[in-house]
Amino acid sequence: MSSATPVDLDEADLLRRLRAGDESAFEQVVRTYGGRLLAVTRRILGSEEDARDVVQDAFLNAFRSLDRFEGHAKLSTWLHRIAVNAALMKLRTRKRKPEQSIESLLPAFLDDGHHEERFQSWDEPVDKVMERAETRELVRKHIDQLPDGYRTVLVLRDIEGLDTEETATMLGLSVNATKIRLHRARQALRTLLAPHFRSLAS
Amino acid sequence: MKCRELADFLMDYVSGELSDDSLAHFELHLQRCRNCHEYLLQYESTIKAGRIACGEASDELPDDIPDDLVKAVMAARKLT
Ligand SMILES: [Zn+2]
Repeated sequence: MSSATPVDLDEADLLRRLRAGDESAFEQVVRTYGGRLLAVTRRILGSEEDARDVVQDAFLNAFRSLDRFEGHAKLSTWLHRIAVNAALMKLRTRKRKPEQSIESLLPAFLDDGHHEERFQSWDEPVDKVMERAETRELVRKHIDQLPDGYRTVLVLRDIEGLDTEETATMLGLSVNATKIRLHRARQALRTLLAPHFRSLAS
Repeated sequence: MKCRELADFLMDYVSGELSDDSLAHFELHLQRCRNCHEYLLQYESTIKAGRIACGEASDELPDDIPDDLVKAVMAARKLT
């Protein structure tokens, strides 16, 4: 899981100060881990504003339940989990924005089983294309555009690096449904990226 | 194996979970179908692009959190 501690700090000491109610320790936690939590919740929610709300709630929630934090987990991992869960919860309760259907982004086939489309090659290697900041931004934008139920699976599996079982548990889905959604999410993202990646090569 | 089935098997192929039997059919089709070969490359590139765009090293991840959000959290904590 990509929840590495951004800076090297003594978690045991920090935890001691938190439990003693040291105000500066709380601020230190927010400053140390906040950026990372904001990034993951933004990805899950596809919205900066919702991500900020969720991160705030996650910190408050975590601070209230400090006695339930067990020393053998890392503080960063524990916070990460609380934030991801809070983001998923928010997703379930927020008003749904009209979603683009995933079907129209999946490959279409002819009756004989061949692809309808002839795929034009992406000439430039992906590492190269992704060296450009605007391409990275573009990819993030398209991930945000995926329907909620697909974006979440893609983010947890491909970006956060959870395995299928963990992802399925967090989302309350079967392993099989999780796999199908991941596959569709990747295919849909490919369709969204294709026009840009082709044109970049020319 | 048809292109349609190959597309269904892509994810298992990429994660190395395809059975030996399916793998043989998969690779045979891939050798003969440039379109599916291209689709596979793009599928893999898409996964990689997502990782790079949102990954640890991405410019999107600031080490710090906006100052006003820190202040909001600290203020809210005092109220609870
Ligand atoms: Zn084919």
